[in-house]
Amino acid sequence: MTTNTLTRARGSGRAGDKVFSGASRSAGILILLTLFAVALFLLIQALPAFTADPAEVSGGEGFASYIWPIVVGTVIAAAIAILLATPVGLGVALFISHYAPRRLAAPLGYVIDLLAAIPSVIYGIWGYLVLAPVLVPGYEWLNANLGFLPIFGGPVSQTGKTMLTAGIVLAVMVLPIITSLSREIFLQTPGLHEEAALALGATRWEMIRMAVLPFARAGIISAVMLGLGRALGETMAVALVLSTGSLIPSLISSGNQTIAAEIALNFPEAFGLRMSELIAAGLVLFVITLAVNMVARWIISRHREFSGAN
Amino acid sequence: MTTTTTTRATGPLRTPPPARRNRLSKGRLPRWAIPAVGLAALILGAAASTLGGFSIASFLIYAALLFVAGATTTTTVVEGRRQGTNSFFKYLVVGAFLLALIPLVSVLYTVLERGLPGMTPHFLFHSMNGLTGAVDNETVAAGTPVLGGAYHAVVGTLLITLCSTVISVPIGMLAAIYLVEYGQGKALSRGITFFVDVMTGIPSIVAGLFAAALFGLLFGPSTRMGIVAAVALSVLMIPTVVRSTEEMLKIVPNELREASYALGVRKWRTITKVVIPTAISGIASGVTLAIARVIGETAPILVTAGLANSINFNVFGNWMATLPTFIYYQILNPTSPTNIDPSAQRAWAAALLLIVMVMLLNLGARLIARIFAPKTGR
Repeated sequence: MTTNTLTRARGSGRAGDKVFSGASRSAGILILLTLFAVALFLLIQALPAFTADPAEVSGGEGFASYIWPIVVGTVIAAAIAILLATPVGLGVALFISHYAPRRLAAPLGYVIDLLAAIPSVIYGIWGYLVLAPVLVPGYEWLNANLGFLPIFGGPVSQTGKTMLTAGIVLAVMVLPIITSLSREIFLQTPGLHEEAALALGATRWEMIRMAVLPFARAGIISAVMLGLGRALGETMAVALVLSTGSLIPSLISSGNQTIAAEIALNFPEAFGLRMSELIAAGLVLFVITLAVNMVARWIISRHREFSGAN
Repeated sequence: MTTTTTTRATGPLRTPPPARRNRLSKGRLPRWAIPAVGLAALILGAAASTLGGFSIASFLIYAALLFVAGATTTTTVVEGRRQGTNSFFKYLVVGAFLLALIPLVSVLYTVLERGLPGMTPHFLFHSMNGLTGAVDNETVAAGTPVLGGAYHAVVGTLLITLCSTVISVPIGMLAAIYLVEYGQGKALSRGITFFVDVMTGIPSIVAGLFAAALFGLLFGPSTRMGIVAAVALSVLMIPTVVRSTEEMLKIVPNELREASYALGVRKWRTITKVVIPTAISGIASGVTLAIARVIGETAPILVTAGLANSINFNVFGNWMATLPTFIYYQILNPTSPTNIDPSAQRAWAAALLLIVMVMLLNLGARLIARIFAPKTGR
């Protein structure tokens, strides 16, 4: 029956071919143009912030000194998230790929994927209303015992709405990314390598360290980079969880700010130069995440034959 | 690798312990040993946490640390260092998994517990139109059920998501077709693949700013409409659609294409009548997952569609609310600043509604993939 529909349209041959290939090619080009347009329009709208009189920019000292603290804040939040999420994420991936009973592995993977399906705003209100209050005693303990370190300096936030809380929420959000990518790669380890290691008398951990991890190294790095890209750009968790303020070293006091949260909190009321500033901040964020993602993708494409993450 | 070398290097130098001369039958832990260590860790952990004021969290932390330390030491002493390391990492890996479950369970439990009371028909079928802080104050004072709901936000969410699907599915599918069917090995195709991957990492707020900047240039600054949000979401959705469609088209066997060409069928007819129908289940489930991804996006909506309290069916005019922005504003700027409970209840009910929608989409994607999977005949 398929043959009938195939041969019926006799006259529509050549033109159809041209139209179809043209359409699909232009769709591809459109995507490239979109990415270019994102950069272009952000740049156009951001220009006033770069050229404006330094006294008129928020903070009164020009765009660079306005953007600097929130860039640092963004990097701190993402760094906390990655430091927390990488070991746990790799552990979960190893658990699913090499430790869990075969029959349970797929359902468990699905459970972790559920973490990725929960919308970010829900993580935000969970972090704000549930997680932050729970963490306050822990922060007080940290301040009392490790308070000599600047990052645990006082005064401890009584609401728990701090950089460390935001970092923990971000870690929960990037965990499924790191897990699912590295799990795919762990599963691709050649079975012969693993069996050879085991046959030589290696314990399971030695097998993983000698056969699985070296094979997956590039994939792990790129999974972490992709998680980093997500953590840098994540908005809602920080906007809801962090009690924002100026840049401070302490992670357990109120203060600090990230680019994405700065935009989300201020854009709805912004106009004129303020709007340009925020769009310029967005441009900075775009450039940072673009660089991180390009490096990650470059690592993957260099090791394409090894990696399942492409 | 280092382990083997060290064992090899130091093995002969070490004086072998007299009781374990035969390495094959050397000491093994009895079956009850590890559970016993676990029990001891629980008891000691309870004791240790009582010293500094008992709490469940500190108890679990102490117990877990004691268990890992105790079990590792026991294994190391009885079975040797390599087995000790092995079991240490086993506990770490299992521990990581259990740790990852805590936030998942906590989030789902919180949303269910706090969201269910607000999940009433009134909530589902009424908007926030005309609902001021005074109304909330009255309901709290009188103890009557909370008024106001998320109907307008549900409408906005569905319309904006529908629009972005309409924009991104044709573009994404055509681009994927180009990549698989036309562009193999060409520079343009490699460029598209690379930048589509890069695009998946665009922060959602940047996509929102792009749409806002684009429409700001075209229609004047501060243009807030549903369609602006739809464009922003499309920027996020297109790469996902391209990737999933591409993967699905790639696994269509080449024999099918060749058979079709051999019958004299044109390439575009082959693609539309043979390749796509074969892959349609995977494509549909990929699209559903892409929808599930963007339906929960908040940040791009904040900067593109604004926030409305009334029902708006027109994506080309006026501000629109969506469920995520509704949740965000109900929590951040409660309708009544003095009585935040009604707002919190509405926010959690909306969160429950949103999670249910996302989970249904995820489930739907899996069902589509399973039910409409092509019959392989093998």
